Amino acid sequence: MKKELGIIETKYFTFAEVPNELVLKSGEKLGPITLAYETYGELNKDKSNAILVLHALSGDAHAAGLKKDDKKPGWWDNMIGPGKAFDTNKYFVICSNVIGGCKGSTGPSSINPKTNKSYGLSFPVVTIEDMVNAQKYLIDSLGIEKLLSVVGGSMGGMQVLQWALSYTDNVKSAIAIATSVRHTAQQIAFHEVGREAIMTDPDWQGGDYYGKTAPARGLSVARMIGHITYMSEESMEEKFGRKLKDKERLGYDFSSDFEIEGYLKYRGDSFVQRFDANSWLYISKALDYFNLKEKTKLSNVFKDVKSSFLVISFTSDWLYPRYQSKDIVKALKINGKDVTDIEIKSSYGHDAFLVEAESQSKIISHYLDRIYKA
Amino acid sequence: MRTDYKIILDNIKKNSTVLDLGCGDGELLSVLIKEKGCSGTGIEINEDAIYKCVENGIAVSHGDIDTELLDYPDKSFDYVILNESLQEVLNPQKVILGALRVGKKVFVGIPNFCQIKGRFQVAIRGTVPVTKDLPHQWFDTPNLRFLSLKDFRKFCEINKIDILKVVGISGNNIAPVLYNLFADIGIFLLEKNNEE
Repeated sequence: MKKELGIIETKYFTFAEVPNELVLKSGEKLGPITLAYETYGELNKDKSNAILVLHALSGDAHAAGLKKDDKKPGWWDNMIGPGKAFDTNKYFVICSNVIGGCKGSTGPSSINPKTNKSYGLSFPVVTIEDMVNAQKYLIDSLGIEKLLSVVGGSMGGMQVLQWALSYTDNVKSAIAIATSVRHTAQQIAFHEVGREAIMTDPDWQGGDYYGKTAPARGLSVARMIGHITYMSEESMEEKFGRKLKDKERLGYDFSSDFEIEGYLKYRGDSFVQRFDANSWLYISKALDYFNLKEKTKLSNVFKDVKSSFLVISFTSDWLYPRYQSKDIVKALKINGKDVTDIEIKSSYGHDAFLVEAESQSKIISHYLDRIYKA
Repeated sequence: MRTDYKIILDNIKKNSTVLDLGCGDGELLSVLIKEKGCSGTGIEINEDAIYKCVENGIAVSHGDIDTELLDYPDKSFDYVILNESLQEVLNPQKVILGALRVGKKVFVGIPNFCQIKGRFQVAIRGTVPVTKDLPHQWFDTPNLRFLSLKDFRKFCEINKIDILKVVGISGNNIAPVLYNLFADIGIFLLEKNNEE
């Protein structure tokens, strides 16, 4: 039994070489494709203990543990590791990045082999379905026929739903957290403001800024808006309230007065160091395009799924509110599927899925026990 | 085992599908799964109870009985169970009829507000009943409805619901006679035929 994950390394899987490119939902072709991924724990002999973890908009393959020279562990380190919800002494956990991203997988900042230049806006628009189809190649390459579970929050949750629908025979259980079957006008609207901020930044240059100055101000604003939607009024009030930043009284000018202003600016500025503005455009678009109700009503959509489901939402998450999770649950119930759902009390807003490790662990570890035994 | 669980267990067919409304920590469902090979799920409003259900290996939905019940198709379970939860719902008539729509048969377990000890308290002391099975004071009770087993029988008559079986529980035993007077709890097995 291991007590720690040890030093983690990100791995890369390349496929869809010309002429076998991946055909995207838009009809366009993409290839070759590289996916960044990490694994934790050991795959068992009959390959029945594999769990695929999927990340949110700005996430990456580095979900847990420390890489060489890391100061901070992966984004879901509180959930993945020895003795944790996704117990790596028991399960083999894979975290896959998405196409369109900028964290080691093929995306707009990658070099297009046909032109030897960065794709920029010539990168095709990708959807959640495309991301999942790409991940299926990765899972196949690992020799895993049936995933014990597919899990993710927010955009990760959308991928979870898509996995369960696209690959019914390959998913034993699906854990969809703080997510939705489609973006509403409000959710699209927030994304659109972010995209506008990026695209009106003079440095954006129609997406062709690689090797030049990146549209940092635009991306920073997009991230600031994002952050507001990920928190709750309560959590912001608790953390910042009306506290002033580095000053005793209001400045009566337009420099930052309040701590919340400084915080958002700091989060925006630090995000620019690690994320590509075009990837933000592409991935936010993929989220907005996601719509499981596109062709028929939801109860029909979930008719043929074979996985068991665990659906988790949070009381203060106003970006992906409870009723959106319940829509998924209802569609599953109508079809007599095995489904468990919980609304966890939390003040952290949408971010709760990253923060509320204790309550999520209680549910997930026991749920996985049942699925693993079944 | 709790006497009410035992009665439900004894009156349920093997390998049935069950929906437990207000399933608490899933104990009754666990018993039915283990002892009778049933499969099933529960609805529960209390978040802490949901964790316990999942720990007990039960699939459970977090929410209000009144609204959650609407999600299931007609006759999608062999049995729906409303044990010790009916008196806490806002609209019991809607819930019972909903349960009879979703289940082929329905178990209802209700505390008897007109058990003899309670009657005594009302008549002699002039206070509303507070007993072992009705432990709450009027100001902190989760119960919204106060009924006797006789009242429930009348309700079934009005709503054209067939009572297939009634068992009264007194203490830990089955009350043999005059259950409206002696039983603390009554377990009813109901059925409703829609062809009218």
